[in-house]
Amino acid sequence: MRIRSKALAATALALTAALTLSACSSSGGAQATETTAASAAAGSGGQTASTPRLTIAMITHETPGDTFWDKIRAGAEAAAAKDNVDLKYSNDPTAAGQATLIQNAIDSKVDAIATTLVTPDALAGPVAAAKAAGIPLVGFNSGIDQYADLGALMYFGSDENLAGTSAGERLAAAGVKHPLCVIQAEGSVALEARCAGVKKSAPGTENLQVNGADISSVTSTITAKLQQDPTIDAVVTLGAPIALAALQSKSEASSQAKVVTFDLNADVAKAIQDGTIEFSVDQQPYLQGYLAVDSLWLYKTNGNDIGGGKAVLTGPSFVDSTNIAAIAGFAANNTR
Amino acid sequence: MSSSLKTPPPSSTSATVTSASPKASLSLGARLMARPEIGALIAAVAIYAFFFIVAPPFRSIDAFATILYASSQVGIVAVAVGLLMIGGEFDLSAGVAFITAALTASIFSYQFSVNMWLGSAVALVLALGIGFVNGYLVVKTGIPSFLITLGTFFILQGANLGITKLVTGSVATQNVSDIDGFGSLKAIFDTKINLFGANFRITVLWWVLFVAIATWILARTRIGNWIFAVGGNAPSARAVGVPVNKVKIGLFMAVGFLAWFYGQHRLYGYNTIQAGEGVGQEFIYIIAAVVGGTLLTGGFGSAIGTAIGAFIFGMVSQGIVYAGWDPNWFKAFLGVMLLLAVAVNLYVKKLATTRRSV
Repeated sequence: MRIRSKALAATALALTAALTLSACSSSGGAQATETTAASAAAGSGGQTASTPRLTIAMITHETPGDTFWDKIRAGAEAAAAKDNVDLKYSNDPTAAGQATLIQNAIDSKVDAIATTLVTPDALAGPVAAAKAAGIPLVGFNSGIDQYADLGALMYFGSDENLAGTSAGERLAAAGVKHPLCVIQAEGSVALEARCAGVKKSAPGTENLQVNGADISSVTSTITAKLQQDPTIDAVVTLGAPIALAALQSKSEASSQAKVVTFDLNADVAKAIQDGTIEFSVDQQPYLQGYLAVDSLWLYKTNGNDIGGGKAVLTGPSFVDSTNIAAIAGFAANNTR
Repeated sequence: MSSSLKTPPPSSTSATVTSASPKASLSLGARLMARPEIGALIAAVAIYAFFFIVAPPFRSIDAFATILYASSQVGIVAVAVGLLMIGGEFDLSAGVAFITAALTASIFSYQFSVNMWLGSAVALVLALGIGFVNGYLVVKTGIPSFLITLGTFFILQGANLGITKLVTGSVATQNVSDIDGFGSLKAIFDTKINLFGANFRITVLWWVLFVAIATWILARTRIGNWIFAVGGNAPSARAVGVPVNKVKIGLFMAVGFLAWFYGQHRLYGYNTIQAGEGVGQEFIYIIAAVVGGTLLTGGFGSAIGTAIGAFIFGMVSQGIVYAGWDPNWFKAFLGVMLLLAVAVNLYVKKLATTRRSV
């Protein structure tokens, strides 16, 4: 095994090297993923377009440290590397903060803006200001119903309500009567819309509020609920880390409930392969970030408009036992 | 440089209240060094220069307007939080309280289809009431304000979400921009003023005004002396006839008032309010005050210092984006800034006090 040295203090490096060499694991760890990551990078960053360098600002409502947004950024960065784009990413979970960041991008005279529109009413002002400044702007991830009214050129994302309804239909078809829909962030309109969608197709749905910032409390809350109400026959989670917590709760409460989730990560992909999670409703965040940047590049360099005046849907894309084999590798790379 | 960074005429601070040495024996330099905001001022100039060099977009007047706006969003409530901390108390509920005030005005007007002026008035009464309850519980029970307001913080956080969901069926309020009175209130709380070719938000003006009023109260009025005395040593203050309880309750109500004011800006500037927001802001206000030279133990600080603390926060939060750095590091920068500011403040304070004793 070869250790790739970074420019660090030589002594520390020598020490770690010695330790690593003497304690090399024969399976798992970074060495197993290095090759796949390298091949993925070659696929995205091998060639760069010869178009003039553009600066694109991407603004999201990410609460720092969420794996879902890592994928959006990974997609955006892959497209930026390919399109000779300088990507400026910034985020603020509050509506007022996001509005200020859009203004910040306008001040910086960027060539184009991609922003999430999770609070459309609150962002109307800055989006209009971008338009007035002649900066093309696309929406992605959230704001599907309002993006056009606000004046965004295009939209890439999924329809939360539709995704919820589709998930509920699949559950109802499997004979589920009393699903539990777990909401991990207080006050998120998008998450509420998903659960409302599930309830539309599966009327017995009950919502449960948990604190997604503290995964151990998520586990104990779901466990308590499963113990208190044995008639719950499915747990619907709205994020990959929450799904894994729900699996733990299921075994702690010795419940027979099915677990289904929104969004993917490597562990959920593995659980779908193992059959412990029935299916995932994926909105393909990597694709949202990628298309948002790529569409702006096409618009600036070739005048293209994607979607024919309608939103471009990146989901719901169901991942289950039938297609997981192809997708698992990409999920492990943090691109799907 | 910003107009809000002008050094005020040297005025009496707590130092002159407590120390027996006559003012005339101090040189101007030493008196300046004893000002609570001097460390923050040095830090602010250094940070401004730093971003000016590394981030070209930071240099434009538009960017400056955006930075001032971001600063005012922290600064308005921080004025009152800073005064309260000089008075020796904390308010951890200030962050969710401004959302409570905004939600109240919005939901009340929408549900009863009444003029926004009435909704905002109801919200004001509620915000002052929350401040009063905080203050009353602190002075009557003797429980530290840190714990009392931690309790109200949780109560408000839950009530914001619970009541909003119950009444509107969602976790955000409806758009109220078409209700009577919205336009006139928007003119007060969220107008853009064109100066030097850039659009400045009116909150910047309000912020400067509140800082000026607070500075005047601290420096020139009996109430200001009371605030320093109450924060410095409450029992002694009580012994010499300062109405300690009234001062403390009044300070909590001042936080309530400015939380209401900023909450109205959020409502009239952004049309809808997300019920879950505001959590975590209470620490930003405290950080602004501390960076500005306010002592956690009370009895020392200034409104200008707190304003500079808020300005530093606005500069760093927007400057990182102008420079195109990964904003994931923002909180780390904030922490480093806080430690540096506190260290500088302590050092300057030592310097000032040793000079005085010579």
